[in-house]
Amino acid sequence: MGIESALGEGYLTTRIDTLVNWARSNAAWPMPMGLACCAIEMMAFAGPKYDVSRFGSEVFRFSPRQSDVMIVAGWCSYKMSHAIRRIWDQMPDPKWCIAMGACASTGGMHRCYGVVQGVDNFLPVDAYISGCPPRPDAVIHALMDIQEKIRNDHSVMLDT
Amino acid sequence: MKLNLTPELKPVIDGLAETFGDQLVDIWQSTGHTFVRIVPDSITSVCRYLHDEHRFIYLSDLFGADRFTTEERFEVIYNLLSLRDRHRLFIKTWLEEENPVVDSVVEVWPAANWFEREVFDMFGVRFNNHPDLRRIYMPEDYEYYPLRKEFPLLGVPGSIDLPGTTPDME
Amino acid sequence: MKVTDINSKSHPTFFKEHQQKLYQSLEDKHTTIETIDDSDPLTARMILNMGPQHPATHGVLRLVLQLRGESIEKAKIDVGYLHRGVEKIAENKTYQEFMPYTDRMDYLSPYSNNVALCTAVEKIANVEVPERAHYIRMIGCELARISSHLLWLGTMVMDAGAVSFFIWTFREREKIYDIMDQLAGHRFTVSHSRIGGVHNDITPAAMGLIREFIETFPDELNDYHKLLDRNRIFFERNENVGVLSPENALRYGATGPMLRASGYALDFRKLEPYARYDDVEFEVPTRIEGDNLARYFVRMEEMHESIRILEQCLEKLPKGPVRTDNAKQAYPSKDEVYYSMEGMIHDFMMTDTGICPPEGAESYHAVEGPKGELGYYIQSDGTGHPWRLKINSPSFTNLQLLEIILDGEMVADTVVIIGGVDPVMGEADK
Repeated sequence: MGIESALGEGYLTTRIDTLVNWARSNAAWPMPMGLACCAIEMMAFAGPKYDVSRFGSEVFRFSPRQSDVMIVAGWCSYKMSHAIRRIWDQMPDPKWCIAMGACASTGGMHRCYGVVQGVDNFLPVDAYISGCPPRPDAVIHALMDIQEKIRNDHSVMLDT
Repeated sequence: MKLNLTPELKPVIDGLAETFGDQLVDIWQSTGHTFVRIVPDSITSVCRYLHDEHRFIYLSDLFGADRFTTEERFEVIYNLLSLRDRHRLFIKTWLEEENPVVDSVVEVWPAANWFEREVFDMFGVRFNNHPDLRRIYMPEDYEYYPLRKEFPLLGVPGSIDLPGTTPDME
Repeated sequence: MKVTDINSKSHPTFFKEHQQKLYQSLEDKHTTIETIDDSDPLTARMILNMGPQHPATHGVLRLVLQLRGESIEKAKIDVGYLHRGVEKIAENKTYQEFMPYTDRMDYLSPYSNNVALCTAVEKIANVEVPERAHYIRMIGCELARISSHLLWLGTMVMDAGAVSFFIWTFREREKIYDIMDQLAGHRFTVSHSRIGGVHNDITPAAMGLIREFIETFPDELNDYHKLLDRNRIFFERNENVGVLSPENALRYGATGPMLRASGYALDFRKLEPYARYDDVEFEVPTRIEGDNLARYFVRMEEMHESIRILEQCLEKLPKGPVRTDNAKQAYPSKDEVYYSMEGMIHDFMMTDTGICPPEGAESYHAVEGPKGELGYYIQSDGTGHPWRLKINSPSFTNLQLLEIILDGEMVADTVVIIGGVDPVMGEADK
């Protein structure tokens, strides 16, 4: 955060911006919040056929302090929601969130008392993936969308 | 009643009828399975008898159901499997709505521990002498019993809280 | 230092009563470990919370462990972090509409869950299923069993340290996913089995893929055997770890490979055969030691037996329809629906009302899923919606055992033991 506040706006900072964003987008380490069936597709997405480490998400850090993107995969029950929020709060900035699958996005087919109807009730979600479970190709597409979002971000010129 | 019992199950039913005559309320069959309904007070003695005498040593399942009638609303169903004789028997009891209490069968089959917790969580049926009667699926702070028929499918709004949308100020 | 009042030391910020009661029940839990002299600070007790989010608990499982140094004195398990209330949902849906929910229960082997619901409904409503459908269901079930055991193998061995196993077993699972893709249209949560049969026949492409899989998979399995069967590190991590005696297994209701690894050969495919399992020959692998290594051997042998069953099914596959014709019990085929009036009306009635078992009927049917006895108890009130649907899930029953097994083990073995028990939280939490 130091570089952003020290420099002001200008040609130099835009170039630094591009550099920083390029570095950040190509090393988006996910924090898998694998809850249910979508977690299995997420494991397949990390597996040998739909290899995600070629996109820069080399390691799936299960520690929130060392990750950038949180992929919420599976339905979130009310009991679990507090734990997820705590882990989200423990992730350092900048961070993004992918709601994978219909259950994480809107509650999916589980319209009942135990399931939170959409993780965006308590998390700021950046990308939603539809599907039940989504094919790993769809998850890669969402990751690429997040990478696009990171590339268009104002990292250096952000007034923090 | 005309029952189509297999030769293995017949001595069990006869033994039950002999030993617990008046506490056996009803016996019927449905889709090939035999169901025996007994009075709630005698549940531990019936279960212990079946466990010791007829080798029903495996408790497959224990669950509740809501009959949604004014009298004897809740039922608790025990799904027993006899491994030596390879047959299955269902024991049922019906409980009142006001204060549904029944004895726990944890001494007979320790497997009943979590099953009875689930019945307590979902229906509110209490079990005497249960070592650890807590809710199992919903958090303890929850005040309702979800599988009762009058509980709405979408839950009661505000009955369980969600985390906030800003980081905790601790 | 004695932990006299544990609740004064924990400060939960959410679900306070829940946390307090959980820690209190840990405190109250009876343990048979002898008390050691408390004056030595190195033998201090510690409460360790392996919380719901943990890389090595399979899904969202929470363990609260009281440790004495490295060994666990007592353990308590908190489930329910994935509870949805599937049984309540079932009371509002027709039997066929409920099929996708069964997929998402044991999501490692979705085909067996579908078959379990189908056979239970067919039993209560007295539906005849054609022969070919039985064999297709068996093929699907055995493929699902192999898929589930492969994931178990990958994750348990990865948790024990050998990370490359995860990649290898996932490569094999991708082949099964390809088969399911060709057969049912979806990679894994297929709802291929329908009440009254199966959705569609096996296409020649799918058949080719299955044959190829059956030919190449035993070689892969032999590779895994070569790597692990005489591996000293694997043995030392798994031998005599998490021992479950046969008496405890039966008393606490263990099911599936847990029970078979403790000496009791109980398999519902042999006890109460369904779907032509009495026409194929296979054995039920059993071990008597009851430790984690025994569970490993039982599951590996089950994979071999599954391949054997698959070969026999492909040989014996009869010709014929794949779904029953009775319009009140099963969906008509799509060309009837599109090209004839009665077909369309039947389709509409099946979707709207569904199959109606007789009023007051109740039945139970259990299948042998990869985790154990997966049973459905249905109480019908004459309408298309069940009055009560209870799912007897094997992971729930097996997780109870974990509280017994973990007392006395070392904390470093916890992960391997959980891997050996192989719980699936979607099923355990319904």
